[in-house]
Amino acid sequence: MAGDITLPEPLGRPDAGGSARPRRGGRSATPFGEHVIEWVLKACGLVSILTTLGILAVLLTEAVGFFREVSLADFFGDTEWTPLFAEKHFGIWPLIAGTFLTTAIATAVAVPFGLLAAIYLSEFAPGRARRILKPALEVLAGVPTIVYGYFALVVVTPMLQGIFPGLAGFNALSAGLVMGVMIIPMVSSLSEDALHAVPMSLREASWGLGGARLTTIFTVVLPAAMSGIVASIILAVSRAIGETMIVAIAAGQQPRLTLDPTVPVGTMTSYIVQVSMGDTPTGTIEYRTIFAVGVTLFALTLIMNVLSRRFVKRFRYGGG
Amino acid sequence: MSVDLQPSGRAHDIRRRGNNLGERAFIALSVVAIAVPLLILGGLVVNTLGDAIGRLDWDFITSYPSRRASAAGILPALIGSLWLIGLTAVIALPLGVGAALWLEEYGGKSRLAGFIEVNIANLAGVPSIIYGLLGLGLFVRFLGLGRSVLAGALTLSLLVMPIVIIATREALRTVPGHLREAAAALGATRWQVIRQVILPMSLPGIMTGAILSISRAIGETAPLIVVGALTYVTFLPAGPGDPFTALPIQIYNWVSRPQEAFLVNAAAGIMVLLVTMLVLNSVAVLLRNRLQRRTRR
Repeated sequence: MAGDITLPEPLGRPDAGGSARPRRGGRSATPFGEHVIEWVLKACGLVSILTTLGILAVLLTEAVGFFREVSLADFFGDTEWTPLFAEKHFGIWPLIAGTFLTTAIATAVAVPFGLLAAIYLSEFAPGRARRILKPALEVLAGVPTIVYGYFALVVVTPMLQGIFPGLAGFNALSAGLVMGVMIIPMVSSLSEDALHAVPMSLREASWGLGGARLTTIFTVVLPAAMSGIVASIILAVSRAIGETMIVAIAAGQQPRLTLDPTVPVGTMTSYIVQVSMGDTPTGTIEYRTIFAVGVTLFALTLIMNVLSRRFVKRFRYGGG
Repeated sequence: MSVDLQPSGRAHDIRRRGNNLGERAFIALSVVAIAVPLLILGGLVVNTLGDAIGRLDWDFITSYPSRRASAAGILPALIGSLWLIGLTAVIALPLGVGAALWLEEYGGKSRLAGFIEVNIANLAGVPSIIYGLLGLGLFVRFLGLGRSVLAGALTLSLLVMPIVIIATREALRTVPGHLREAAAALGATRWQVIRQVILPMSLPGIMTGAILSISRAIGETAPLIVVGALTYVTFLPAGPGDPFTALPIQIYNWVSRPQEAFLVNAAAGIMVLLVTMLVLNSVAVLLRNRLQRRTRR
């Protein structure tokens, strides 16, 4: 890594004695206190590992309790999700369908806008415009999601109802569109980095062969940056899957197995909110459902994030 | 927005080549793709301000919630949010800065450092509501902290720790290596180098990260709902063990009510939230600019 500027230790340390690990040199320059400090700092680093272990432990313990009462066959086989009703069904698919629907709409917004923005910023924008526009776009991702949720419910849905009269007051369309605006910077920022990392010589070679600038962008630069672009899209999708407040407010919290964007739906995240807002006693099956849903959500986003980093690595080490 | 249609960015040397209609159209389209989302956001904020303006007064900030929308205020939510971010800052900043210091100054290329690094990257991508489940299972139930301010703050601390760590590491990397060597050559111990050279040099960058993480914590809603923030609080939390509400929770409560009047309250709450974040972020940008000016010298 270019930013690595760790201290080349042996310099001017008489205790180094040619050893590769001068830190262990027993001179009074590294007294007991120095070791204590190092251990304290290391412990801080270990907190992040404990966090991951904590997430896994909490999710798995409660989820195991859940799956003792509900079989995996029901969880993945049933097509209804009604744990809060008298007649309980525990099929996860309605929640997955709702999550998929809102995420798909958001991605359909974020990818074209984000990619166009990235191409403009990397290939056309004058330096000044780039310095202003890039942080301006990132503001979109910094607005709290509760604010976007309010926008979706109070402003965007009524506007859409003017266009589609059949649109319900709570719907996947409005939530998805607003979420799409929110994740544009996830696509544009990382894609711009990837485009920027494409060596100038590739563009020059294409121009030298008579390729126009647009031809060069679409046939040379974009393919060369493809793994970074894919990584950015996966990251944006993962963010949309885990996004909570927009869907909890504007999409309706009604799990149903549908891909119709005009009716209320429930997502995995909005279901967790729904249960958390009520008074569900600890230890009941209703309480445990949120952890079973949580495990599913965690697994999905983790896979996305790992995939995305794979692609990023590819563009860092040798492009395309 | 004035648009510079003259392509210049990467390729001024070939500025004249292929500057045809298709290219101009593409650039215009791209500029629209950047402008539209920004204009939408701007329009929405202005719209919300319009809804909120009638309720934004001192009474709104100093009143308790009420069943009458016109009398309701955000005092307990505001105080709750202050408690949360205060405690979060006290917990997350030392931990995050400590972790970053270890990774940059001690861990080096060790296997543990690599593992922690991958782990932090993964944590940064975990949805915030999952942190809520962690807080519920670990702090509220297992450690028996109940639905308290402290449980909420601990949850938010774990949530923002990756942000603090990543920003601090970047700041530490801006300190030139020769300064470390010079201090070491003068006989300073590792910790003396860190305390007297590295930390002072990277302080603005660390502060930027700190402010960004706090501003993230202020806007977080979902994990607090899961941890069990209350939605109707008519008292102020007196200590870290007390139940609490927070500004985003109060807004969510108002948004979920069908009456128009409560939506107006939500709009006013949103404006208070946005202004707070705007102030915090402006300070962060100022600090970053100061840092850049100094390191460029």
